[in-house]
Amino acid sequence: MREIHTDTIETAVRDLIYETNHVFPPEAAELFASLRNQESSETAKETMDVLIENCRIAKDREIPLCQDCGMVIVFIEMGQDLHVAGKPLDEAVNDAVRNSYEKFYLRKSIVRDPLRRTNTGTNTPCGLHTEIVRGERMRLTVYLKGGGSENMSALRMFRPTDPPELIIQQITEAVIQAGPNPCPPLFLGIGIGGSADQAMLNSKKALLRGILSEHPDPYYRGLEDQIMQRINRSGIGPLGFGGTFTVARVYIKEAPTHIATLPVAINMNCHSLRFGSRTL
Amino acid sequence: MSDRIRIITPLSEETVRGLRAGDRVLLSGTIYSARDRAHQRLQELEERGSDFPFNIKGEVLYYTGPSPARPGRIIGSAGPTTSYRMDPFTSMVLSRGLKGMIGKGRRGPDTREMLRQWRAVYFGTYGGAGAYLSERIVSAQVIAFEELGPEAVFRMEIKDFPLIVINDTFGGDLYEQTTVE
Repeated sequence: MREIHTDTIETAVRDLIYETNHVFPPEAAELFASLRNQESSETAKETMDVLIENCRIAKDREIPLCQDCGMVIVFIEMGQDLHVAGKPLDEAVNDAVRNSYEKFYLRKSIVRDPLRRTNTGTNTPCGLHTEIVRGERMRLTVYLKGGGSENMSALRMFRPTDPPELIIQQITEAVIQAGPNPCPPLFLGIGIGGSADQAMLNSKKALLRGILSEHPDPYYRGLEDQIMQRINRSGIGPLGFGGTFTVARVYIKEAPTHIATLPVAINMNCHSLRFGSRTL
Repeated sequence: MSDRIRIITPLSEETVRGLRAGDRVLLSGTIYSARDRAHQRLQELEERGSDFPFNIKGEVLYYTGPSPARPGRIIGSAGPTTSYRMDPFTSMVLSRGLKGMIGKGRRGPDTREMLRQWRAVYFGTYGGAGAYLSERIVSAQVIAFEELGPEAVFRMEIKDFPLIVINDTFGGDLYEQTTVE
């Protein structure tokens, strides 16, 4: 059985936290440049220019891309033939988050209790989703989620006989309702099928598919295109100041479901889609 | 940038009335940060009939919770947070003479009506551009509620801080003008 020490995991989490907070990936920069050039109004072009300039300043001057350095959500896919040595896994991951948020001057945004709301001062605990998979490797993904866009999340249980057209319409309505609040152009994660909780989780996992990736199934690829086209007729545009691109990209993750149910969950991510992965 | 209107805080009645939804503005002068918890604290002071830790008359609040400054820097990342969460507190700050608010996202109908009544303006700035905006902040210090960490009140001096008028004193709303569907 292969062994991995938690020191290695902590180092990887720390590096990913630094990168995701300061560096916008090249494929995202490419996407932004393309959206900017397709915008027709001066306001929208200028807004996209500011977002592009923000990425440059963040990287060069080591200033976080956004003051909301997020709730850290860590996804671990762990091979069943891998043994973790050192600390308990959750402790190692949280230690890495705590140390990184202090070391890199990142904002601590986590409160201990949802109703009594005292800031823990460490940005921990983080969210941690673990999944046992085949093999002896570990796939580690760090995702930073801001509160403003997370607040616009939604879940709707459709009838199994409802047409996809109704789903498209209601997703469009939810995004228009959110309007400028979640900082468009959005990356829109959609979880379809499974149970209610699975659909919500899939709406997040969908966002981590790869910025320029395409859905492997042409049916869903078509649905993603339709959703994007429909929403981008709204005129909301970059940061809601008016323009074409309210949505930059749509990602669907579907799952088998019950004969009686059709859950659809949406998770909006602001223009700053911050995640990174390592295979250990 | 040539079409930008340059204004300086504190804002006069005349300045505020001269602004229209959609106007692009460069703001300079002193502003104060305040987000959810700071508003809650101000509300507590209001209920006790106590003074605020700063004079709010004619001033501008910035809804932000900056990231910590690296050594030798003025401030960390400092973009706007979503404004509707401060709607329950707008009547309190407007009745004390506040003239402007900076944030991102839509305001509720009550806030929009109050802005008209009290003749104050809601400005939007670039959400998620905290690194970019931090370069327009020339000084920053915590002046109240330090224990709230990023939610403390900072007094900030800004220079040519880029804004767009979202809600003006006449009921105009930029977001409503741009959304077609």
